[in-house]
Amino acid sequence: MTALTEQIALARARSVVRKAPGKGFDGLFRASAYGAALLVLLMLGGILASIAYGGWPAFREFGFGFVTSSAWNIGTEQYGALVAIIGTLASAVIALLIGVPLSLGIAVYLTQLCPGWARRPVSMTIELLASVPSIIYGMWGLFIFAPLFARFVQVPTSNLVEGLPVVGTLLYARVPSGVGILTAGIILAIMIVPFVASITRDMLDQIPTMLRESAYGIGCTTWEVVRHVLVPQAAVSIIGAVMLGLGRALGETMAVTFVIGNANRLSASIFDPGSTIASRIANEFNEADGMQLNALMALGCILFVITFIVLIIARLLVRRVKVA
Amino acid sequence: MDARNPLADAQAATSLTVRVRPGRRVADRVLRLSCLVATLVGAAVLGSILLMLIVEGVKGLSPTLFTQPTPGPGSEGGGIANAILGSIVLTLIGIGVATPIGVMAGTYLAEYGRNSKLADLIRFLNDILLSAPSILIGLFVYTLMVRPMGTYSGWAGGVALAIIATPVIVRTTEDMLRLVPGSLREAGAALGAPPSRVIMSVTWRAASAGIVTGIILALARIAGETAPLLFTALNNNSWFNANLMGGVANLPVMIYQFALSPYPNWQGLAWAGALVITMTILALSIVARFVIKPQRAR
Repeated sequence: MTALTEQIALARARSVVRKAPGKGFDGLFRASAYGAALLVLLMLGGILASIAYGGWPAFREFGFGFVTSSAWNIGTEQYGALVAIIGTLASAVIALLIGVPLSLGIAVYLTQLCPGWARRPVSMTIELLASVPSIIYGMWGLFIFAPLFARFVQVPTSNLVEGLPVVGTLLYARVPSGVGILTAGIILAIMIVPFVASITRDMLDQIPTMLRESAYGIGCTTWEVVRHVLVPQAAVSIIGAVMLGLGRALGETMAVTFVIGNANRLSASIFDPGSTIASRIANEFNEADGMQLNALMALGCILFVITFIVLIIARLLVRRVKVA
Repeated sequence: MDARNPLADAQAATSLTVRVRPGRRVADRVLRLSCLVATLVGAAVLGSILLMLIVEGVKGLSPTLFTQPTPGPGSEGGGIANAILGSIVLTLIGIGVATPIGVMAGTYLAEYGRNSKLADLIRFLNDILLSAPSILIGLFVYTLMVRPMGTYSGWAGGVALAIIATPVIVRTTEDMLRLVPGSLREAGAALGAPPSRVIMSVTWRAASAGIVTGIILALARIAGETAPLLFTALNNNSWFNANLMGGVANLPVMIYQFALSPYPNWQGLAWAGALVITMTILALSIVARFVIKPQRAR
């Protein structure tokens, strides 16, 4: 017994002696890692605090009416967020309606249908879409896509639906210029595809091969395997991926600024120009002063709240599957 | 069916697959076709963007593109040399600030914090910061630096880019450190090395390719960012001052302002700039993929 305690004591003494020379540095290293991690916390807190501080005068001046008013008048200093909020939500919803089926199709193609040799290059092509800067999407949308869209979609559709109830206003372009909320939604759809598709692809890859092969073994077609085996298995994380895409679509700035038309007008037609929170901030911030600056900050605050709720839900959904 | 005759079995099996109900077969065909079409649409968009950049960008190429600063409104000639240099400087400031913070924070999450409550919280918020709208980061840095200093500056632009790059580096560093087997750390500790020594000489070294990949990815991410620079570095038609105060020319904001301007010369320069920046970023992304490849090959 004594021998053992002596040995332990000796070992302790030794380890202390050995550690001693580096101890100061070791503590410093640990502290700086800790500090850097806390800094990440501070960044997010700082973003919220600074935007809330900047937007506070506008919230105080206009109260809850800031959210429900569609005014944006620099001359009379009357500001409301409604048009920008609706534009943000409408373009993001359009982006999901188009982008999600596209992403799921790509993910299914990559995991189930693509021949082995083509998988890597095709995957990479889709992933490279995520690397293209958003300003380039804006230029592509404004100079290439919008003219084609005006000529081959807006004009024929407007002629077709003119005078009809509901669709006659929803799909009627007063000025078929190619820019507008629908165009912004389509460009956003393309921009979220690489994110949603690659997360979905990874999730489909994680499903045990046995499940899939059992389904094929009882004679299922590819469609039935996808519909009844793969999608239910990966459903929660696919929804998470979609929410991540939604988070991106809500806050995307430059591409939208190019193609949405930047009008402060509530319009029933998705072909008409509008604006989003981000595009309005990008457009007006540098020339803004006084209450306009506060109102733009308040818009930023609203965007912060909307996107962060969406992103938190997304992360919770994607995480739950990874743990299980 | 004769169970002893495998040929009959096989024939029965084939005839079964042939006799799939038409409705099921159509649904299957439709799915296969629409998945293929979706993929082709994605590839076609990338192809169309690249084609547009090459066709329009090559028109804007000129001998003075890389030697002269951007010209004034309506004037001829000039280049984008100041914007290229400014972009390089801003991006390097961003990466220079983000790398130590990101690597250390990632190290905390993987080595010290692990599954503690604080580490979980930081990991979660870092993931959110990763997809936060970049324009909000521009507003933050405007309030933090531009307003108090009373002027736009390259430093503010660099800090805004650093805030965007940091979560990318934190995430990849943590992921890569977690791939390093625990036995390596134990072997290091058994030699009597203190934790800091083990991390620097063993774990970091083992994960170095992955960490470098994260830094390159972050570089590719911030090199094309426009929104956060609008309110921080802005733009300028001349070379920047040595102290980086005042507007600093940079490619993304230059492209934004010139592409939407009414002057053909400016528009040409915007296209040339767009070609340069996109090719650089795509090259960085591809390089990052090849650095990470040996790590992912399991």
